[in-house]
Amino acid sequence: MNVFEFTVLIAAGSFAAGLLGSLTGLGGGVVVVPLLTLCFGVDIRYAIGASLISVIGTSSGAAAAYVKEGFSNIRIGMFLEIATTLGALLGAFLALHIPTAAIAFVFGLTLLYSAYTSAQPRMEAVAGSRQPDPLATKLRLNGSFPGPNGPQPYCVYRVPAGFGLMFGAGTLSGLLGIGSGAVKVLAMDQAMRIPFKVSTTTSNFMIGVTAAASAGVYLSRGYIDPGLAMPVMLSVLVGALVGSRILARAKVQVLRYVFSGVVVLLGIEMIYNALRGKL
Amino acid sequence: MSSAQGMAAAAARRWEDRYVEIAIARLLRIGVFTAWFVVLGGALIYLHRFGRTAPHYGLFAGEPADLCSVAGVVRAALHLRGRGIIQFGLLLLIATPIARVVFSVLAFALERDRLYVVLTLIVLTVLLFSLSGYAG
Repeated sequence: MNVFEFTVLIAAGSFAAGLLGSLTGLGGGVVVVPLLTLCFGVDIRYAIGASLISVIGTSSGAAAAYVKEGFSNIRIGMFLEIATTLGALLGAFLALHIPTAAIAFVFGLTLLYSAYTSAQPRMEAVAGSRQPDPLATKLRLNGSFPGPNGPQPYCVYRVPAGFGLMFGAGTLSGLLGIGSGAVKVLAMDQAMRIPFKVSTTTSNFMIGVTAAASAGVYLSRGYIDPGLAMPVMLSVLVGALVGSRILARAKVQVLRYVFSGVVVLLGIEMIYNALRGKL
Repeated sequence: MSSAQGMAAAAARRWEDRYVEIAIARLLRIGVFTAWFVVLGGALIYLHRFGRTAPHYGLFAGEPADLCSVAGVVRAALHLRGRGIIQFGLLLLIATPIARVVFSVLAFALERDRLYVVLTLIVLTVLLFSLSGYAG
């Protein structure tokens, strides 16, 4: 196989990853690394570098669509980006210094967790009698979003817990080259009780900045190979764009189950290969 | 301040936020489009020259030093080397969210929101430190 054939095959696989990732909402990033390492025998460090680049692309590309809906909260986003970018630096640092088998093992576990959370119905957490966090008021994180009966105000809870979880999400993102949407959902929906409409759009906004924080480290350490990142970046973006266009009129439930199944299999294979020391 | 004035001020802030968001979304889209086409251009040169060679991604060797720093990548791109141009396009993509953060600093400064100017500058510092090559 020469470079040309290799590039075409990677491009085809990355297109599928971007398409399915955007249709199912799991994101293309989670399958790019297993695709490159398990199917094409690429070293996991190169694979993570390429995946990280594609994550920046899809997040920034999708932002335009999200902004139209007008639900994102730039103060929540910017405040939490302090946590995610610092976490991303730590993640990239860890990626440079721990054995690749350990990275593959953590990756496998993350795939299983992502599949598990995507199979769960996403429940809007009810604030109940809990007091809004005074820190949220001080940081002006509380806001409102347009609802059917005028602006719907919301408050933000448990700011320190959310901040800590976002640091963890950033670390995973930097270590594995993914958007780590599953952990962000945990932090923003469950801990901080931010309404879905706000948390989904705000988290998408944050993914690109978080990935950029670790991409700098990866670039300067020679983990980003232009020949490999090129077909991945070009086609994941096109795939994600096509996916968002057909999303409105597609029945995605079945596809979602199938894709979750694939993610589980990939996770098991990553863990198996990590334990055998083959990645 | 009466409550009517307070509500008007809040509405004005929401409107400003909204305006900023739309401008940011446009900035992001331009960044991603530009990066995509630069990478495509580099890809054509790279595949034309190296399409028939053998790929070597199973073994990790790291990139040559000139593809690992902002200055080196710019130099390689100016010499019209395929891999250099691709890497330059990837740098543009990395720079897109960073530009968004710079833009946010300015927007918060215009709103005279000192707290968020500081918080946003912290994020910007982390991003620039990462790209400086001293991190890791």
